Amino acid sequence: MIRVVLPAHLRTLAKINGEVQLSVAGAVTQCSVLDALEAQYPMLRGTIRDQQTKQRRAFMRFFACEEDLSHEQIDAPLPELVTAGKEPYMVVASMAGG
Amino acid sequence: MSGVRVLAGTRKGAFVLTSDGKREKWDVQGPFFSGWEIYHVKGSPANPDRIYASQSSGWSGQVIQRSDDGGVTWDPVGNEFSYEGTPGTHQSFDGTQHPWKFLRVWHLEPSLHDPDTVYAGVEDAALFKSVDAGKSWHELPGLRTHRTGSEWGPGAGGMCLHTIILDPVKPDRIFTAISAAGAFRSDDAGETWQPINQGLLQEGIPDPDAEVGHCVHRIAMHPSRPDVLYMQKHWDVMRSDNAGEYWNEISGDLPTDFGFPIDVHAHEPDTVYVVPITSDAEHFPPEGKLRVYRSRTGGGDWEPLTKGLPQENCYVNVYRDAMAVDSLDDCGIYFGTTGGQVYGSSDAGDSWAPIVRDLPAVLSVEVQTLS
Repeated sequence: MIRVVLPAHLRTLAKINGEVQLSVAGAVTQCSVLDALEAQYPMLRGTIRDQQTKQRRAFMRFFACEEDLSHEQIDAPLPELVTAGKEPYMVVASMAGG
Repeated sequence: MSGVRVLAGTRKGAFVLTSDGKREKWDVQGPFFSGWEIYHVKGSPANPDRIYASQSSGWSGQVIQRSDDGGVTWDPVGNEFSYEGTPGTHQSFDGTQHPWKFLRVWHLEPSLHDPDTVYAGVEDAALFKSVDAGKSWHELPGLRTHRTGSEWGPGAGGMCLHTIILDPVKPDRIFTAISAAGAFRSDDAGETWQPINQGLLQEGIPDPDAEVGHCVHRIAMHPSRPDVLYMQKHWDVMRSDNAGEYWNEISGDLPTDFGFPIDVHAHEPDTVYVVPITSDAEHFPPEGKLRVYRSRTGGGDWEPLTKGLPQENCYVNVYRDAMAVDSLDDCGIYFGTTGGQVYGSSDAGDSWAPIVRDLPAVLSVEVQTLS
């Protein structure tokens, strides 16, 4: 299972407590993980990436294994530790404020 | 037993304020959707348990929430707002052309008769409709693709469609207003549109009486007299007696005719309310005195309503969607401020009291009269 950590405002929206566990068919990429996430929680469509273009929203970031994957190819395989469920794939709301 | 439910959208969540028909003691519930901007919350006239809310944030964009139990519980519904076809371009602040881009829903207008039908006015300006209780949305593209569309430009708050009025007598008639394009009317259920801006004069555009380019802040109508429209423009308070074919100024003796909201007494079609604001640069009441002005003559002659409102050191604003009336026998009127106060009057504005004082900045106020 793929572990996904969502920011607090999206956990509230999706009525989720804690991490999300996802079963992802085929290659485990950022795109396939987000597809599976949105299939399981349709209310998240459009809140992380654009519904039509699938482009990441400007103030959302993607981290895993202490790396920023936000600008990586969305079809590139995720790290093995994520695929193995040992590390979470993190959707992060950019810091903002004073 | 009658009652009132006030729906307040704020910068950081929604609040539901309820009272019985006396409107003296209030229960405050919220924040709902904590941390998100709630541009508008409005209940269905056909079923008061059905309420729609527009929820958005800079991080995660637009969400639409729906309640089927009068605002106790909520569920997100559809949030895909796609312009029909290939969106064209419109003017930007600097005069260059920019592609139409969806940013948020400013206003939700439920159908007068069907709780599953609701209209959405969005930024960049366009009109959307849902007939399945918000699950899916489709654009009524005749407005955005009007021949003048490329000439429309944003107001300071963005190029937003902020006013939708459904005519209770002519079911195919819809009025909309866009900052800063102007007012538009459809007589065929939103298929085609005509600008209704004759009589308006707009500073800051090359041709002050142009067909479009007017910064209309808000339009209001009394349901018993749908051909009479009242408008708070960027500057000027206006009235039309022929469904927007021509507008006449009714600013009269107001201390300033800049402002945002305008509304009409529930039982007196000639009684109109505005909240004068100092100027476009100074978004606070003149002299630091928060005054609602009431005209009982359909405009022109205005009286300040001050009892219970702060009359010194008050520098809040009242946004365009942040005033509403109930329809109890003694009409109630309500407004919210950027300082987080929601004020209510249960005697048509003669006296006021804060329902709640310290909410986040209030973006919108709507009222449901419950029987």
